[in-house]
Amino acid sequence: MPNMRPDKNPMPHQDPQVRAGNFGEVALGYTPEQAVDEARRCLNCKHRPCVSGCPVRINIPDFIARMAQGDFEGAYQIIARDSALPAVCGRVCPQENQCEAKCVRGVKGEAVAIGRLERFAADWHNTHALKQPQRPAPNGHRVAVIGSGPAGLTCAGDLAKKGYDVTVFEALHLAGGVLVYGIPEFRLPKSIVQQEVDTLKELGVKIETNMVVGRSVTIDELKEEQGFEAVFIGTGAGLPKFMGIPGENLKGVYSANEFLTRINLMKAYQDGSDTPIQRARRVAVVGGGNVAMDAARCAKRLGAEVTVVYRRSEAELPARAEEVDHAKEEGIVFKTLTNPTAILGYHNPDDPRDPKNGSVRGIRCVEMALGEPDASGRRRPIVKEGSEFELELDCVIMALGTSPNPLIKSTTQGLDTEKWGGILADEHGLTSREGVYAGGDAVTGAATVILAMGAGKTAAQAIHEALSK
Amino acid sequence: MYRIVTKRPLNPTVTLMEVEAPAVARKAQPGQFIILRVDEQGERIPLTIADFDREKGTVTIIFQVVGGTTEKLNHKEAGDFLQDFVGPLGRATETGGLKRVAVVGGGVGTAIAYPVAKKLHDVGCHVDLIVGFRTRDLVILEDEFRAASAQLLIGTDDGSYGRKALVTDLLREQIEAGAQYDRVIAIGPIPMMKFVSLLTKEYNIPTVVSMNPIMIDGTGMCGGCRLTVGGQTKFACVDGPEFDGHQVDFDEAMARGAVYRDFERHAHDAACNLFRQEVQ
Repeated sequence: MPNMRPDKNPMPHQDPQVRAGNFGEVALGYTPEQAVDEARRCLNCKHRPCVSGCPVRINIPDFIARMAQGDFEGAYQIIARDSALPAVCGRVCPQENQCEAKCVRGVKGEAVAIGRLERFAADWHNTHALKQPQRPAPNGHRVAVIGSGPAGLTCAGDLAKKGYDVTVFEALHLAGGVLVYGIPEFRLPKSIVQQEVDTLKELGVKIETNMVVGRSVTIDELKEEQGFEAVFIGTGAGLPKFMGIPGENLKGVYSANEFLTRINLMKAYQDGSDTPIQRARRVAVVGGGNVAMDAARCAKRLGAEVTVVYRRSEAELPARAEEVDHAKEEGIVFKTLTNPTAILGYHNPDDPRDPKNGSVRGIRCVEMALGEPDASGRRRPIVKEGSEFELELDCVIMALGTSPNPLIKSTTQGLDTEKWGGILADEHGLTSREGVYAGGDAVTGAATVILAMGAGKTAAQAIHEALSK
Repeated sequence: MYRIVTKRPLNPTVTLMEVEAPAVARKAQPGQFIILRVDEQGERIPLTIADFDREKGTVTIIFQVVGGTTEKLNHKEAGDFLQDFVGPLGRATETGGLKRVAVVGGGVGTAIAYPVAKKLHDVGCHVDLIVGFRTRDLVILEDEFRAASAQLLIGTDDGSYGRKALVTDLLREQIEAGAQYDRVIAIGPIPMMKFVSLLTKEYNIPTVVSMNPIMIDGTGMCGGCRLTVGGQTKFACVDGPEFDGHQVDFDEAMARGAVYRDFERHAHDAACNLFRQEVQ
């Protein structure tokens, strides 16, 4: 008999007061008992709606059935057939819009906690598995993967499992892409990313860090001089957007990318780190997506009072509800229907050498109201006349989204892109260049980890079909 | 890991290092830069490429000890390894179609002016190389400069070597004496580049400056290196590092460059103390 309790087993969390002062993981994970109890809530429906909600089509009812029997390693093995990064996805996937949104149990109560179960199975495997993954027999074909984020790692992993000789080229000094520079430690511990990367290395994937494709080497050289038969571009969307308002280049204004990279990749939050970061007193984060939440919660952990400034209403916040709730629990203030019009700088007229000159002292905002729906279907924010006000601050973080880096496009002849920079690729990931595939944020613009993984997977299959002809 | 092949102090605070980095050497062009990390915990710092040898697979950097990272770097010796060394980054200097150019360098910036002057000189351009230092002991690369120019003019602030003159004085004299420059290329401290640009504006001589702001990734991702050029925001790492000197907002660049000054001073002292303890 399944467990018919209507609500999920709650996720154990670090206390908000405590966690707001550390970078340890917020969600602590189920105990084995909780995992089995939660797995028993699955009805094992014949038509498997959850699977259709998963971008990489994990066989969800089967892995949950194993968990209900206490066979956690068996559950992991089922997940691993379709997902290259289960411990990552179990933590950062928006399950509420994907698998769990389709769960039958969600009709009268809460969906089965599929994401939490996935995380449990992956963590169980990572701490208990004894067997090294089997390195498949080489098939003699060489593939280059550009970028070691979720799209690139997935593509590399899938190809390596089929015997391809895969080399991943990474511009930074560490593999993982947004998983290491963007998503903070308290949401995705870096040791977990490292474990997933190590698993790929055991499969035979080579990772070359410090290689900026387009500068250190071009795609044409990889194909013509270095003998790679296919290239997958998974370079993400890394270029930060700014608002174009006065004062954006003042000292104390960061892009969320810079702020998060200093903290996550460069460990600037640790005492004695070689990389500096401003220890601000009052911070405004502009934007309402997951990146804005990550930046706000990092700033909080560095000791600041933090306000999130967002131009639409709370209902339109693009961030996951869970992230918004976590941020609020940690004491972050939300000023919705508010839009900055200028960042205000400090200027001492009596002393041009005052070190505070050119620093942020505040932000000028206007209040907004919601009008008619725009092209995106969301109600368009319009300025309320005469609603101008100022907030006193010493740091502003712009989290307004990112766009693809033009470096690959500008150094690869015949690679077609959209006007906004996204690489054009067909449903198999093939670009306008023969043997060159692309997927993830580099194609779609900024989206989610799991969609990028789905694209990496699709391209790996297409590359396999093309090269095994 | 990247091996240091040679290390040579150029003056008490400026050091030259030749580093084995074949992939970088293969593609390097004058005007481009690299990013390095000294060790596993190291910060990423950008340094302009001072020279390269494609056959040996080496890249030369020249740096001044200013903060914790450059202090640590300066304690590495030939045969030691650097953790990371990535590049070449940024756009190369445009050298096509120039007949006569003044390359103006100040302090350690002269080291970066050198490969640009050398390339122009090699392709047959008439190069006047104007370099300035505070005092005699800080003069670097004099032989190299002479070999890379038609005319070398050295000035020091205190007159202890060369002329007692600022580089702007020397440049103005050349222009007033009738030198017809297609372009002036200025590389050095921000105030120097600002005043060279103000001077050349008077004479309407196109002027290029090389900006070296704070950055992390060097590929356009962080935006930390942004500058205002002609009223627009530009990223030095991908749009530069060279820009039209008549369009750059130097005052803003100077303020942004000083964001972490207190941290740097502290980190430098901490690194010095650490090395002192090791010696004892």
